[in-house]
Amino acid sequence: MIISIAIAIFTLGILGAIFGSILGYSALRFKVKADPIVEELDAILPQTQCGQCGYPGCKPYAQAIANGEDINKCPPGGEAVMRQLAERMGVEPKNLDGPEKPKLVAFIREDLCIGCTKCIQACPVDAILGATRQMHTVISDECTGCELCVAPCPTDCIDMVPIALTTQNWQWDLNLIPTKNSTER
Amino acid sequence: MSDYILLFFSTVLVNNFVLVKFLGLCPFMGVSNKVETAVGMSFATTFVLTLTAALSYIVNTYLLLPLDLLYLKILSFILVIAVVVQFTEMVMHKTSPTLYRLLGIFLPLITTNCAILGLALLNVSEHHNFIESIIYGFGAGIGFSLALVLFSSIRERLASADIPLPFKGASIAMITAGLMSLAFMGFTGLIK
Repeated sequence: MIISIAIAIFTLGILGAIFGSILGYSALRFKVKADPIVEELDAILPQTQCGQCGYPGCKPYAQAIANGEDINKCPPGGEAVMRQLAERMGVEPKNLDGPEKPKLVAFIREDLCIGCTKCIQACPVDAILGATRQMHTVISDECTGCELCVAPCPTDCIDMVPIALTTQNWQWDLNLIPTKNSTER
Repeated sequence: MSDYILLFFSTVLVNNFVLVKFLGLCPFMGVSNKVETAVGMSFATTFVLTLTAALSYIVNTYLLLPLDLLYLKILSFILVIAVVVQFTEMVMHKTSPTLYRLLGIFLPLITTNCAILGLALLNVSEHHNFIESIIYGFGAGIGFSLALVLFSSIRERLASADIPLPFKGASIAMITAGLMSLAFMGFTGLIK
């Protein structure tokens, strides 16, 4: 009587040990790095670091999306980026929060510039050339169109102009171009 | 050979696990809102069902029967199922993080799917041999997938249909499931 109970307990123990070791081995074999999704989401975002989504940069917004934030907050990314984010996160595509704007670069009207360096301090990608009380100018190749320089200027001399897309400044980033049929859900 | 084919088709159509035996109704109702999640869930469940059929046959024949421990079969089958589901979760997390994220909590809930335990116990009570057990498990998975994919497609259509207000949501889904079950009764007698 007691022997049969002991056999039962022993058998189940052995079974548990075997299965436990199988699971332990596969836990190591199939190990997933901590949260690769934030890196993938960051790769989809346009890296303008403009803050129009409400987060201080593209990486924090990627992190917020991984935690459940809405995917429709990136105007520079536009419809294409929103759909890629929707597909990666497995949520429904939503309409963008604001209007989709064409690619803009900043332009400083030099007759109004007083050389205060406030726009230089605001630029996240260091696209403005200048020094104190010297003429400031925007290096249009570096400018991402984030518009963070427009507000600090005391003489209101910075305009956002749409840039003509030529083959020289076309972004050949094929990951940003959705290749699925747009009528597919 | 024809026995196995007959067994397969009877499990998929005539004795469908979801619509005729009424096992596995929780994921049937819970994951069938969209076709993508339904397809992912049915893959996972078929994988778990086939593996469980094989493993539970081995445990039953080579461990429980020789040692006269048949009363422990529910306990050991649950152990087998939990291990297989955990393994499936790990594999899915590695190979398809999107699907893993889509299925969410329903993936570990496959452990509590009564279709899986039901399959293991039915294999014992019907005295299937090893090949028959695996075919039974695979057939159960295919039958489950068939029912789930059909149901989720209908539910997607229903979401945009003009349903009267008291029937919206779960009510019309239940009624649809009942009608599907009635339809599958038409297969009775297909296989003698």
